[in-house]
Amino acid sequence: MIYREAGQFKTSYAADQAIFPILQDRIALAILLAVAFVAVPLMASDYFLSTILIPFLVFAVAAIGLNILTGYCGQLSLGTGGFMACGAYAAYKLATGFPELNIVLVFLLSGGVTALVGVAFGVPSLRIKGFYLAVATLAAQFFLIWLFTKVPWFVNYSASGVISAPPRAVFGWFVTGIEATPQAKYVFCLGFVAVLALVAKNLVRGRIGRAWMAIRDMDIAAEIIGIRPLHTKLLAFAVSSFYCGVAGALWAFIYTSSVEALAFDINRSFQILFMIIIGGLGSILGSFLGAAFIVMLPIFLNSVPTAMGVPLSTSMIAHMEFMIFGGLIVFFLIVEPHGLARLWQIGKEKLRLWPFPH
Amino acid sequence: MDLVLDFLFGPLKEIWEFPTFFVEVVVGGVLSGVMYSLVALGFVLIFKASGVFNFAQGAMVLCAALTFVGFMDLGAPVWLALIGALATMIALAMAIERVVLRPLVNQAPIILFMATIGISYFIDGFFQAVWGEDVKRLDIGIPKDPIEIAGVLINTFDIVAAVVAGALVATLAFFFQSTRIGRALRAVADDHQAAQSVGIPLQTIWVIVWSVAGIVALVAGIMWGSKLGVQFSLAFVALKALPVLILGGFTSIPGAIIGGLIIGVGEKVAEVFWAGRIGGGIEDWFAYILALFFLMFRPQGLFGERIIERV
Repeated sequence: MIYREAGQFKTSYAADQAIFPILQDRIALAILLAVAFVAVPLMASDYFLSTILIPFLVFAVAAIGLNILTGYCGQLSLGTGGFMACGAYAAYKLATGFPELNIVLVFLLSGGVTALVGVAFGVPSLRIKGFYLAVATLAAQFFLIWLFTKVPWFVNYSASGVISAPPRAVFGWFVTGIEATPQAKYVFCLGFVAVLALVAKNLVRGRIGRAWMAIRDMDIAAEIIGIRPLHTKLLAFAVSSFYCGVAGALWAFIYTSSVEALAFDINRSFQILFMIIIGGLGSILGSFLGAAFIVMLPIFLNSVPTAMGVPLSTSMIAHMEFMIFGGLIVFFLIVEPHGLARLWQIGKEKLRLWPFPH
Repeated sequence: MDLVLDFLFGPLKEIWEFPTFFVEVVVGGVLSGVMYSLVALGFVLIFKASGVFNFAQGAMVLCAALTFVGFMDLGAPVWLALIGALATMIALAMAIERVVLRPLVNQAPIILFMATIGISYFIDGFFQAVWGEDVKRLDIGIPKDPIEIAGVLINTFDIVAAVVAGALVATLAFFFQSTRIGRALRAVADDHQAAQSVGIPLQTIWVIVWSVAGIVALVAGIMWGSKLGVQFSLAFVALKALPVLILGGFTSIPGAIIGGLIIGVGEKVAEVFWAGRIGGGIEDWFAYILALFFLMFRPQGLFGERIIERV
């Protein structure tokens, strides 16, 4: 009864093409944004902000990036970790090389650098398809991590090979470095995520997104109706890498403050792939849901046995985590291959009809 | 400029000056390539028969080796441990077919691929929880002393590995070409629906294929395990087999062998003669770049079936 579009007439093309055509959706989104931007920083504890919410936001950006490439354009990639590392190191080099450069600009530029790298590794995608491409993207993963570990220029010749975020401020508030409060970091991160998600949403429902989906569904047919495969695929690689690069920069500067290349190893790539599978392939909302799920799961698994009074050794917990992770992935794929986003959609349909059966 | 010249031609000069050493490196590469082929074979078998890119092959190598060592540590003789491990792999194949593959029938290949990633996580966790995670030594009496053949030093272990791999491939070839089940397997690989309509039971075939892949994993696990010790890193051996796979083609057993040899030799030569000049540790990615280079010219791998999309 509450959630219904009856009586909401669209009188202009703009209204017809709105992202959220239903009034209730717009209200809900406004409330969500208000809560996220105002209430959460005021109320949430530092621990909650810095161990759950900030990683969630960072992962969400990376998941959107991979979803653009894999979910929308159909190019399976296992190199996400490498591209994130690329973003992190590019941001570090830019921030230390040009100290007066605004940090927002640094992040965007590091995304741009990663986009170039992504295009370089995306070039083979024109000839190589499917699983061959997935394995080929592993080349990016291993090569980039090796590069950042072996070449001392990337870490400004520090002996430990670890990059630490220099302190930087936006509007007088420190958002990176030691003095930054979790609240400031969170709001900064959230601002980034909100804008990037909006851009992604508009990209995928416009001309470009449709070209991606056409390539995904059948590249030969797409080619025949006049979509240039090389441009489209490379654009997907560029945009996807841009998002992954920004996510890597946010990871290194906002989430952990200091990071080494191994933080972006192959397991990171798989983690993000899991997010988009569980969240939903080809869905921006799904990227968020999947990121939330994967971030929460280990915390949940760690706290439940202790809460129930069953003490487990740390190695046992690690093994359990692997098993439950694997089991859940298989379970999700069997029960709902379209992920949490699809469940959300079904729920909305139900709500629209409620309380009538048809 | 000198640096570039040294990088390009320095190693060639070294090779020219020490030909015996170069031959030794190449032979070492061939033999380690055989080890990669062992793992790659398991991938090819499953991909050929069911079109599933089985990411869990590495986890299966780990689990086979862990089970084998686990039984041996319990005091079982080698043959009993072997039977135990075989039984475990077959049980695993049946479980995977029943729990994962059957409900996912007719899903897109990418979904099945991701399901195998899930399986691989589950197997890693489960078998480590059962058998423990510390490094175990595996010694089934293969000698490891180097011997000299025509002035070239070769490790006996590597020769044994090559012989085992050869025997395995010969057996598999025989099994696929000349037995009733082998014919059924090839039929399923060609066309699922047609095979089913002439009365080949798909589900049984899948169990058989996964069991055979499990047995290959067991052989690979024993060989790798006696080389490196049985530990979690064994699961990453699969990552070394992937470039072999794309180089040789997903669907070709000879491809897996030749691909393994090319990768093995290329990697060893690059590691010994070139790696020192760019900081070392290149074994993680060199194979991938090499495979990528080949793919640019033959997108379906050296021996893969040509992908025809439009007539």
